Amino acid sequence: MKISARRMDKITIFDITGSIDLSQSPEVRKVLLKEMRDDKVPRVVLNLTQVNYIDSSGIASLVEGLKASRELGSRFILFGLTTNAREVLQISRLLSFFEIYDSEEQALAG
Amino acid sequence: MDRRDLLLRLQLNSNPEILCVVRSAVAQLSEEMGFSAEECRAVTRAVDEALTNVIRHAYQGKRGKPIELSCRRVEDSSEAGRRGALEIVLEDHGAAADPKKMVGRPLDDIRPGGLGLHFIQQSVDLMEYKRIAGANRLRLLKYLQPMKHEVSR
Repeated sequence: MKISARRMDKITIFDITGSIDLSQSPEVRKVLLKEMRDDKVPRVVLNLTQVNYIDSSGIASLVEGLKASRELGSRFILFGLTTNAREVLQISRLLSFFEIYDSEEQALAG
Repeated sequence: MDRRDLLLRLQLNSNPEILCVVRSAVAQLSEEMGFSAEECRAVTRAVDEALTNVIRHAYQGKRGKPIELSCRRVEDSSEAGRRGALEIVLEDHGAAADPKKMVGRPLDDIRPGGLGLHFIQQSVDLMEYKRIAGANRLRLLKYLQPMKHEVSR
């Protein structure tokens, strides 16, 4: 998995490539929580277009990001969900709790 | 089961980095067996989550501990007709699981964790756990959809 950040005014977009599984989800959790809690970025956006697999530990990391954003009153946005990502959020019955867009343009405009 | 043909046997270490290798192998095997794309993702997800549970819970995150994964094509026949399935068995020598706790948690509350078993149960037709001679044995079964000529019988 590779994760890189694009930082703009009050927005950070994380581009993730690969799988978010047991070996990688701690890193996703770490960068999300740092951006939200330490750096107080008001809008954190996750680009999932290149994420081919998310397991339950990856979903747990996303849920931690969601909970942190709710506590802080910030926004946590996902876009570009692959079939796998959408399926696991569906199975977890979490799809409706996340702010999800199809594209980066929509995520930034929303 | 009338027939049991071994398709794949892997001896693994309990290192999280191996998960992506196993996912690739299982996804390919499922596709070769004739599962649909959605079913292949389900089988792969079940195996990945089961292995993750072994690494996290049975071996408590310790690396280098042995896990054996075997996949068989099984087939049984009854009055309802023949049914083919993929049988996946995972064996490890870690701490025993408590069968009473092997149920997916309620999904009403939004909180991290506890989703792995739910994912497995949603992804396969049968999940069976046994503790045999100091080893954990998890058996998963995913049925192939009946062939058209079998449906019409």
